[in-house]
Amino acid sequence: MAATRSRELGTGLFIFLGFAALLFLATQTTNVDEYFDQSGYEVSARFSDVAGLKVRAPVTLAGVNIGRVERIEFDNDRLDAVVTMRIDNEFDQIPDDSDAGIVTAGLLGSKFVGIGPGGSESYLENGSEIQITQSAIILEDVIGRYLFNQSPQDGGQQ
Amino acid sequence: MNFLHTALEQLLGRLRKLGAVTLFFGEILVRCPAGLKRPRLVSAQIYASGVLSLVIIMVSGFFVGMVIGLQAYDSLSRLRQEDILGAGVALTLLKELGPVVTALLFAGRAGTSLASEIGLMGATEQLSAMEIMAVDPLQRVVVPRFLGGAIAVPLLAAVFSAIGILGAYFIGVVVMGVDGGEFWSQMQEYVDPEDIWEGVWKSVVFGIAASLIAVYEGYHAPPTAEGVGMATTRTVVTTSIIVLILDYLITAFLL
Repeated sequence: MAATRSRELGTGLFIFLGFAALLFLATQTTNVDEYFDQSGYEVSARFSDVAGLKVRAPVTLAGVNIGRVERIEFDNDRLDAVVTMRIDNEFDQIPDDSDAGIVTAGLLGSKFVGIGPGGSESYLENGSEIQITQSAIILEDVIGRYLFNQSPQDGGQQ
Repeated sequence: MNFLHTALEQLLGRLRKLGAVTLFFGEILVRCPAGLKRPRLVSAQIYASGVLSLVIIMVSGFFVGMVIGLQAYDSLSRLRQEDILGAGVALTLLKELGPVVTALLFAGRAGTSLASEIGLMGATEQLSAMEIMAVDPLQRVVVPRFLGGAIAVPLLAAVFSAIGILGAYFIGVVVMGVDGGEFWSQMQEYVDPEDIWEGVWKSVVFGIAASLIAVYEGYHAPPTAEGVGMATTRTVVTTSIIVLILDYLITAFLL
């Protein structure tokens, strides 16, 4: 009888340990709260090029994380990319003439959206669209332009 | 010509075995609802294949975590990217090593004992005796062992991954001096709930496959000492191959 009891206790402990491990993995290794967080309000912005921007990339204002990229869609009529961002509710005083740009963390790092505050008295709210946008800077283009400017034709005129 | 003939014969043999295992799986599945009505039989098997495998899983998990931590630290420090150590280790363990190594260890520790136990029951005619007493040996012997194994493997895999991450934390943060906050925050940055699901799915599939192969081989072992021995060997060999093939298929499917 004692043997059965300790065996049942062992089985119970094992099942408990297994689920505790799963819980540990689910809460400690990943950001569940943020992932399932549906609070906050949605703001969209149009970019002619979002190269490298990914869903769930951070949205920052003055370097502070204020939200995440919710989805990136392609507009068939205007042939540009519509980026929808979810901004946390506590940041509800962003002027509606703010601009949005796609910024790279470091030289080759991941892309995120940087918001530059405007000066308007009215604020962004759910569903509003940011009008002034700056597309992703593509390093290859910059290098290409630089090389072109240094071409012999240019140099020859001096 | 003769060679072709043998090759064809081998292929047909393999196909026949695949069919036999699938049919056996069907027979077990049909009996599973009734098997769950006797939870004590199942919990005794969870004890036998889960609790008794816990030590080997935890020790292996800790050392696997430590060695990945060490190797990843070495590679990442050449790129000055030690901060993402936590993310790399967690993804490796959750998605691949946790489920796969757990299934392989399970085949060696618990699958062999399942196969030899059932095989020996067959060899000593205990299974036939049950049939004479109108007790269905599949129901009474095979189904609880299958369910016990299939329930134990996902839990063992979770324990393996969790302990492995702690092992990597120990090596990376305590020994090598990676920043502890970066270790966890980079991990949370890069690991998605989907990654955990992928690991859980894999371990569930591997648990079913490993337990099924073990009980199949045991139940169909020739009733001799040699036959039981062969059945245990085949359990480990087949489980290892099947788990690695399934691993590739699931990964390719889910990514």
